[in-house]
Amino acid sequence: MIVALPIAALIWSSRNDGWSGFWNAISAPEAVAALKLTLAVAALVALTNAFAGTLIAWVLVRDDFRGKTVVNGIIDLPFALPTIVAGLLVLALYGPHSPVDVHAAYTRYAIYLVLLFVTLPFVVRTVQPVLYELDTQMEEAARSLGARELTIFRRIVLPSILPGILSGVAMAFARAIGEIGAIVILSGNLPYKTEVASVYVFNLSESGNGTAAAAVAVVLLAISFLVLLAVGGIRRMATRYERA
Amino acid sequence: MRRYSVRFVALGYLLVVLLGPLSMLFWRVYAEGVGKAWTALTDPDTGHAFKVTLELAAIAVPLNTIFGIVVALAIVRRRFPGKGLLNAFVDLPLALSPVVVGLSLYLLYGRTGWFGPWFTQHGVQVLFALPSMVLATIFVSVPFVAREVVPTLREIGDEQEQAAHTLGASGWQTFWRITLPSIRWAVIYGVVVTTARCLGEYGAVAIVSGSIQGKTETATLRVQEEFENLNLAGSYGISLVLAAIAIFVLVLMTRLRPREGVS
Repeated sequence: MIVALPIAALIWSSRNDGWSGFWNAISAPEAVAALKLTLAVAALVALTNAFAGTLIAWVLVRDDFRGKTVVNGIIDLPFALPTIVAGLLVLALYGPHSPVDVHAAYTRYAIYLVLLFVTLPFVVRTVQPVLYELDTQMEEAARSLGARELTIFRRIVLPSILPGILSGVAMAFARAIGEIGAIVILSGNLPYKTEVASVYVFNLSESGNGTAAAAVAVVLLAISFLVLLAVGGIRRMATRYERA
Repeated sequence: MRRYSVRFVALGYLLVVLLGPLSMLFWRVYAEGVGKAWTALTDPDTGHAFKVTLELAAIAVPLNTIFGIVVALAIVRRRFPGKGLLNAFVDLPLALSPVVVGLSLYLLYGRTGWFGPWFTQHGVQVLFALPSMVLATIFVSVPFVAREVVPTLREIGDEQEQAAHTLGASGWQTFWRITLPSIRWAVIYGVVVTTARCLGEYGAVAIVSGSIQGKTETATLRVQEEFENLNLAGSYGISLVLAAIAIFVLVLMTRLRPREGVS
């Protein structure tokens, strides 16, 4: 009731002006620019997370150093912190008053940076448990047979953690597509430049253009569904792999 | 050597992306003026904003906890048509933009929406008032309890439940005596995450609430409002309180999850 009904209303409203109205709304130059930017940034964020997340998970499981428990705890912070606060903090460090002299505010770099902040836990948290369960015997066997570290990682570790990486990446991608709180403060929301799709939808809705907003929102909804389908597919593949 | 370089890169990334921005919080509050931040925090509108946020969480968290447990039980223990669909809908808010959520509710309860006219006739204000904000908050935080409980339910299996059943326990008794005690940590963890999400929600509530100062403004909307009024001290001050809550939640989360991969 709470989830499905509003979604149905959204899809219904998006067609208030007929198919041509729907098409006009999503093919408006500003809409296309916003969607393109959103997809491009989200893809870049997802890719960065694939590497950084795996690396961090690796360090947290296989490495040992003082303060590891604290680092491990802090990974979840982006889930606990309101995203608007995340936006404000990134603006403080990389904005006009930057103490490190990086001035990324109101640029696409700022969007990229804050999305990295917000999506950090996804890949780490999906890879970490798998890596922890992984038996090191095979790796040792490979090592004793003279395999190089990189080969061991690519041939032995990677196949086991790949489903984890992929589902984490997919969730990070979805999150990056939909995020608004973190972005609204520091992107400046300049149309054609730093306006992402969620902010565009928000602005359309605020200016009373509900039908057009709904049309673009339906596109975002479709992307979310695709991501969930992908995650479901990855999970099913992973369990089949385990059983075989 | 390689081990150190990997560690260095991982921690360096965390520093640039996560810890660096976080460390700015205290510094910015200090630089903008503690006095000004305090004035903004003690402003009645700010107090009201925090009250609204807490009210939303107080309604949404218990409802989602009950719903989450019921859905998890249904997904793991029962077979029924449309189960896959239920599963998908529970996960949807995780992948969906909060703006889309807010807009959907806006369209459903708005003047021309399916339910809007009926509520207007009966004198109930849904949009730009607490009811729609509650709905938005519930929507975005639906998945968390269910997502935590489902794997635990799978893991514990249903042997004990069946045993209790054979010994003549009613379904209700079995739930309270057998099922709930064994899933309680998952439930508590889910509740903590749900609470964090409710307190931090921005996008969905921003659309349906109309951000009316002293009325429907939540703490996160207040951060935005102060920022736009160029009262940065106030904005950072409120953020500091929100971050303090988040860190408290975080400590709870780590305490409650010893099973994660850190030896």
